[in-house]
Amino acid sequence: MRVRLLKAAAWIACLTPLALLIWRGFHDDLGGNPVEKITHTTGDWTLRFLLITLAITPLRKTFGPPRLIRFRRLLGLFAFFYGVLHVLTWLWLDKYFNVSELLADVRKRPFITAGTVAFLSLVPLALTSTAGWIRRLGGRRWQALHRLIYLSAAAAVVHYYWLVKSDIRLPVLYGAVFALLMLWRVALRRPTPSSARRIAANTVSSTLSSKGTGIP
Amino acid sequence: MLIGRRPEFHWSQVTPRSTYISRRRLLTGAGALALATEAAAKAKLAPLAKSPFSTTEAQTPYKTATTYNNYYEFGTRKEDPAQMAHTLRTSPWLIKIEGAVAKPRTIDMDAIMKLAPLEERIYRLRCVEGWSIVVPWIGFPLNALIKHVEPTDKAKYVAFESLYDPRQMPAGEYAGIPFPYKEGLRMDEAMHPLTLLCVGMYGETLPNQNGAPVRIVIPWKYGFKSIKSIVRIRFVEKEPPTTWRLANPREYGFYSNVNPQVDHPRWSQANERRLGEVFRRPTLMFNGYGEHVAALYSGMDLRKYY
Repeated sequence: MRVRLLKAAAWIACLTPLALLIWRGFHDDLGGNPVEKITHTTGDWTLRFLLITLAITPLRKTFGPPRLIRFRRLLGLFAFFYGVLHVLTWLWLDKYFNVSELLADVRKRPFITAGTVAFLSLVPLALTSTAGWIRRLGGRRWQALHRLIYLSAAAAVVHYYWLVKSDIRLPVLYGAVFALLMLWRVALRRPTPSSARRIAANTVSSTLSSKGTGIP
Repeated sequence: MLIGRRPEFHWSQVTPRSTYISRRRLLTGAGALALATEAAAKAKLAPLAKSPFSTTEAQTPYKTATTYNNYYEFGTRKEDPAQMAHTLRTSPWLIKIEGAVAKPRTIDMDAIMKLAPLEERIYRLRCVEGWSIVVPWIGFPLNALIKHVEPTDKAKYVAFESLYDPRQMPAGEYAGIPFPYKEGLRMDEAMHPLTLLCVGMYGETLPNQNGAPVRIVIPWKYGFKSIKSIVRIRFVEKEPPTTWRLANPREYGFYSNVNPQVDHPRWSQANERRLGEVFRRPTLMFNGYGEHVAALYSGMDLRKYY
C-alpha cells in the first residue's frame, strides 16, 4: 500500500516538468524562442532522469532501502519519455521530418551524432522493460543489455558538452555526477565477487555508523 | 534620404539612474511600480528619418527583442541580460577614438548624437546560432563618425571594444570567453552605408540588454559582429583580434558574413528560426543584403574567409 502511494507520488513528480512546460506554454512564458525552450527543457530532463536512474543502485546499496529498486524502471522510462519528446521536437519543429536533412545532421554534426547514440541506446531498454522480457531474456542477459544506459548517459553528457558555445558549467556538472556514479560502480564491481561483497559490507556498515541510522 | 534636421534629443535629457531609482522607490510606496519601471529608464527619440534600407517585414515584438538576448557579460542564458543588465551605468558614457586618425578624441553621448540626423532602420538580424529577428533600430551610418575623426592612409581596419567592468557585470566571469568583448571591420565594411552606429530601437534609447547606450549594427553579418556598449574605437593597419575568434578560431572567422552555404562546424546555417515563427525558413546570402554588399567580397573565397 505504501509503495503504491509512493509510486503515485513518483508519477506526479516525474510529470511535473512536463506539466510546468505546458502551463508556461499556455501563459506565453517560454521566452522569445519557445521551440528552443521546449527542446532544451525536455533534453535537460532526459539527462537528469538518466542520472537519477543511475543513482538508484548506489543509493540503495549505500543506504539500504531495498524498496528503492521498485522505482528504477519508472525513472528510466521517464528518461526515455522525455527523450522521445526531445527527439520529436527536433524531428518535427526543427527538421520538419526531412529525412535527408536529418540524416546529414546525424552524420555531419558530432553533437547530434552523440545525441542520436544516447537516444537510440535507450530504445531497446524501454522495449524490454517489462517483467515478461526479463523472463524471456533471462536475468543475466537482460542485465547485460541494460548496461546500455551507461552508454546512453555518457553520450548524453557529451551531446550537451558539444552543444554549448562557451559556458560549460552545466555540462561539466552533469559529467561529474555521471563520473561519480560510474566510479562507485567500478570501485565496487572490479574485485572478485567475494572481496566485492566485503567492500560493500564495509562501505554499508561504515556509512551507517558514520551517518547514523535514521535512514530506512 | 538624410533630411538635414538635427535630432532634438540630447543625452543629458536621459534621466540619471540614481534619480529614476529614487523615483521608483517613491512610486513603489504609492503602489505604482508598474508605471515607473520601464518608462523612467528610456527616452523617446525623435524626429526619425525613414530609410530606404528598411525592410517591410513584420517587426519582432519588443518584448521578444528585449528578453531574448546574447550579452554574455550579463549571463549566458537568453533571459539573463534582461534580468541582470540593470546594473549597467550608461551615463556618463565616453567613447575613446584613437589609432590611425588625424583627429583622435574622446567623445560623450551628447557629441555623438550631434554627428548626424537620426534615422530609423528596420533590419533583419541573423544570429550565428540559427535564429533571427527584425528590429527597428535608430542611429546613423557609422561612416559619419569615421569621417569626423579623419582616418589616415594606415587605417585599414576598425577595432571596437565593449565596456567590461566586472562590478557592473559580475556574471561575465563565467561566460567562458575573454572580455572586454572585441570586434572589428574592414575599413570598407565600416564605411558602408548599411553599417549603423545605433543608439536606439523601437522609437526609444537602447535598453541595457540590447547594448546601451551605443552599439554597431551590421545587418549582413552574424549578430555577434554587432558589438554592444562600445567604449573604444581604434583605427589600425592589421586585422584586429575579435572575441569569438579568440575563443574558438575554428568556428568563428573575422568576416562572419551570413552565408547559408558555409555551415558552422557544429550546425547548419542553411536555415533559421525567425523568432515568433514555429518552423524554420531558409537563410539568405548576406542575410538578404547581397545587392548592397556582395561587391565588397568579389574575388574572395568565402569558405576560406568565413
